[in-house]
Amino acid sequence: MSTIVWIVGALVVIAAGGYVFRLLGQMLTGNAPKYRDMSFGVAFGYVLAVALVIGTVWFYLQPTVVEVNGQQTAVASVTFFRWAVQAVILGSVAAYWFKFVGKNFGPEASRKAFRTMPLTASFGILIIGVYTFVAIFAGQIAVTTIIGLAIGFMVILAASRNRLNKDSHAGIGFLLFAILVICSVMYFVGPLAPYGQEEILGAANILPGGNTATGGDPAYPLGTDSIGRDILSRLIYGAQNTVGIAFVTTVLAFAIGVTLGFLAATLGGWLDQLLSRAVDVLMAIPSLIFALLLMTIASVWAPRLGIPLTYFMVLIIAVIDSTRVFRLSRAVASNIVVMDYIEAAKLRGEGLGYLIFKEILPNATAPLLAEFGLRFCFVFLTIAALSFLGVGIQPPLSDWGTMVKDLAPFINFAQFAPLAAVTPLLAAGAIALLTVAVNFVVDWMLHKSSGLKE
Amino acid sequence: MSELLEIRNLRLEGRSDEQWNPIINGVDLTLKKGEVLGLIGESGAGKSTLGLAAMGFTRDGVRISSGTVEFDGIDLVNASAAVKRGLLGKRIAYVAQSAAASFNPAHKIIDQHVEAPVQHGVESRAASIKDGIALYERLRLPNPGEIGFRYPHQVSGGQLQRAMTAMAMSCRPDLIIFDEPTTALDVTTQIEVLASVRDIVEQFDTAAIYITHDLAVVAQMADTIKVLLKGDEVETAETREMLSSPKEDYTKSLWAVRSFERPTKPAVNTGATPVVSIRNVDAAYGTVPVLHDVSFDIHEGRTVAVVGESGSGKSTTARCITGLLPPKKGEVLFDGEVLPANYKQRNKHQLRQAQMIYQMADTALNPRMAIGQIISRPVQFYTGLTGKGLRRRVDQLLDQIELEPDQYYNRLPSELSGGQKQRIGIARALAAEPKFIICDEVTSALDQLVAEGILRLLAKLQDSLKLSYMFITHDLATVRAISDEVVVMKEGRVVEQGEKRAMFTPPHHAYTDLLLSSVPEMDPDWLTNLLNERGVDNIGDAAVGKM
Repeated sequence: MSTIVWIVGALVVIAAGGYVFRLLGQMLTGNAPKYRDMSFGVAFGYVLAVALVIGTVWFYLQPTVVEVNGQQTAVASVTFFRWAVQAVILGSVAAYWFKFVGKNFGPEASRKAFRTMPLTASFGILIIGVYTFVAIFAGQIAVTTIIGLAIGFMVILAASRNRLNKDSHAGIGFLLFAILVICSVMYFVGPLAPYGQEEILGAANILPGGNTATGGDPAYPLGTDSIGRDILSRLIYGAQNTVGIAFVTTVLAFAIGVTLGFLAATLGGWLDQLLSRAVDVLMAIPSLIFALLLMTIASVWAPRLGIPLTYFMVLIIAVIDSTRVFRLSRAVASNIVVMDYIEAAKLRGEGLGYLIFKEILPNATAPLLAEFGLRFCFVFLTIAALSFLGVGIQPPLSDWGTMVKDLAPFINFAQFAPLAAVTPLLAAGAIALLTVAVNFVVDWMLHKSSGLKE
Repeated sequence: MSELLEIRNLRLEGRSDEQWNPIINGVDLTLKKGEVLGLIGESGAGKSTLGLAAMGFTRDGVRISSGTVEFDGIDLVNASAAVKRGLLGKRIAYVAQSAAASFNPAHKIIDQHVEAPVQHGVESRAASIKDGIALYERLRLPNPGEIGFRYPHQVSGGQLQRAMTAMAMSCRPDLIIFDEPTTALDVTTQIEVLASVRDIVEQFDTAAIYITHDLAVVAQMADTIKVLLKGDEVETAETREMLSSPKEDYTKSLWAVRSFERPTKPAVNTGATPVVSIRNVDAAYGTVPVLHDVSFDIHEGRTVAVVGESGSGKSTTARCITGLLPPKKGEVLFDGEVLPANYKQRNKHQLRQAQMIYQMADTALNPRMAIGQIISRPVQFYTGLTGKGLRRRVDQLLDQIELEPDQYYNRLPSELSGGQKQRIGIARALAAEPKFIICDEVTSALDQLVAEGILRLLAKLQDSLKLSYMFITHDLATVRAISDEVVVMKEGRVVEQGEKRAMFTPPHHAYTDLLLSSVPEMDPDWLTNLLNERGVDNIGDAAVGKM
């Protein structure tokens, strides 16, 4: 009862504050248009925002440890709230600096992109960059890989010499060279993960934090799990496994979906009907349940055929997700197919390949790229969900979904031991962070390709 | 109060590429009660921006940087939102270019009509509906009693434009801004809208700003004309004075466009084989018949203009020739040989001989391909040239369409103006080295000066390359300028065909007559005279006789 009184009272105070704020603004600025035409709702919003900021700061400053019955007890809510606020501030600052660097260094095209992107997109790109870096250099990089890359890059550069103009050729050359340098440096730095992903170490259930006073160990900064594997190492290898497999799956889904979608849109007729109805049937089955069903069948086949279950998983998720990609690429392509330049190309006598790759694909890249980002998130979450359910990526490979499942019981400690509850949240947070980052970037790209102005 | 609207030294800026660029540079404008001002200029001259600024409104990304807009003594630039809300819709109304896009498709026309009067408290809903029906009647809409109770998609474009004018009138405003209200309409429909707009403006003594790029239209509507060029005022004068003795060079050049006409070519030998011959073609979309027994010939080096309203089957005829729509009956002959009905069955040589230039250059050029790629593809495809030879041929083609090769080779279509894009379309057609080109409304999306340049280029190319053109258009000024022969189509049938000179001298077929007489002329009395002639009754008694 008293809670309701408090909420209503606060709203009344804020409403009154809004009225006073607008009135003061009008009086002090001599009726400037901004305050004169301000609606009451907007004024209320301003005051509400200020009230929320004050509330946030007040809550942030509450003590994290209180004495109950002469015993030191951690206050979980304040602890977690502090971490969240610190993470947001840290992320914003990092994104700001990343944007600042991008704005002032590099070629003009990328500088302009950085100038116009919102802070969220810069944050997203930074996070994706970090994940990629961590995923690639989780283990020791082999000399043969570096040599192979160097040869491959040389072939690419030689092939592109006459097809690109000088500037973009030099740009690509610089980029490839930079990649080689980073790889070589990382060869000497060694693996990012301090231990192997399946390495079972002496101590189990060490709390994160690396502080012996709170049950941590400096050797394992993020602690160890219930059978004594280093959580930091498993998180780093998890990036390689989960993100890598999700990426491969998404690429496969796009290869299937885009090819069939473009064919359906360009050729039309019975092929279009056949493919579209087939996709309708596949889409009618709830995707996670369908994936679970197929995975159960595959887990019987896999050992018999001697093919790792992961391959089946990639294929199954790719096929299921390619239905969504098919829908989108068919819709996008059928809007492009009716354009006059396609008609001109058809009347010229151009073949199907030219129509699809030269005329349609370049005009469909923007929506498809945006969809790639979103689809990647969904695939990634599906893999995590399947692993959580026990049919996804199999141990001893480390994977974030499995890590959440294994450590999930610790969440019950949240009330009195915040540090212990953190262990399952680390993997879950890694998943959430990547999903958010990709969405930020996709939002920005969609905004750009839709031609909207701020 | 003698001045209803007074704009002083108005400057507007638009935001693009992270900076503010000027759109209107200090324009003055005054309007008395009951006066109609015509605002003309090319696209991008700032006509619409100025029209909207007269209501104290700017689009997103546009701002008024200095100057004043006073409406009946009220400063609109600094007026509060509440004051503007009281004026807009009630005392100032706006009629947009495309009524079809401006009506909300989810509500009946009358519900949108009564919104302003009811919101402004001018009259009750019932009274407003009654008034709306009276207005529909006055605007000579068919079935005025029930047309308002239809949804926008159930009404034709011309009727919708008139319904929008009625809607603007619903509160009996003092000022209406008309933003190109007839640009999207056929000539025969345009007449009806023009007549009703002029009638109603005079009856209620409403002041109006009439924005258009068509000189002949503005001559019928306006008391004074203001010419804009890139945000600057070129000239303002009373209509008759402006038409008879324009002062500035730019205005004169606008007037001179209409005088372009090619010399008449000698008649064709009766024995010669036509380049393209269409014989008794019937065509249908699904089961809906579109063409009925269409036949005509196109001879070497000549231009045949195909004229008619939208929906008359002009473009469908072109689709039958190119093979995109195989005819149900009849055949298309090229150099005396029957072409396969479907383009997929035609060989490279047959495809190469007939090329097409499209109406909308924006959709006709792949936005992701550079100009050089767009033109070199057909050259490479048909002639097999590569490397330096290919580049030389593309440069030659760019020279032919009067664009500097080195400057344009690597540009994207989005970096070109409308006229330049259309030239690229021509170059792409020429790249195949065809004998015959179909020009589908190639100038209708362009400003008059630019359109004239395109027509002159096409004429020049025809003379030097012996090309034959099939010129689809609804604009009779274009027909007069470029054609040798004319084919008039209506509802999928050829109504009349013959040499241009014969077609433009009476007697005509009744439909040709209607089409010809509906083309606005520069004479300010033209509309009045025409309406008298046609004996249309009740075009506002005040309207006839005045002007």
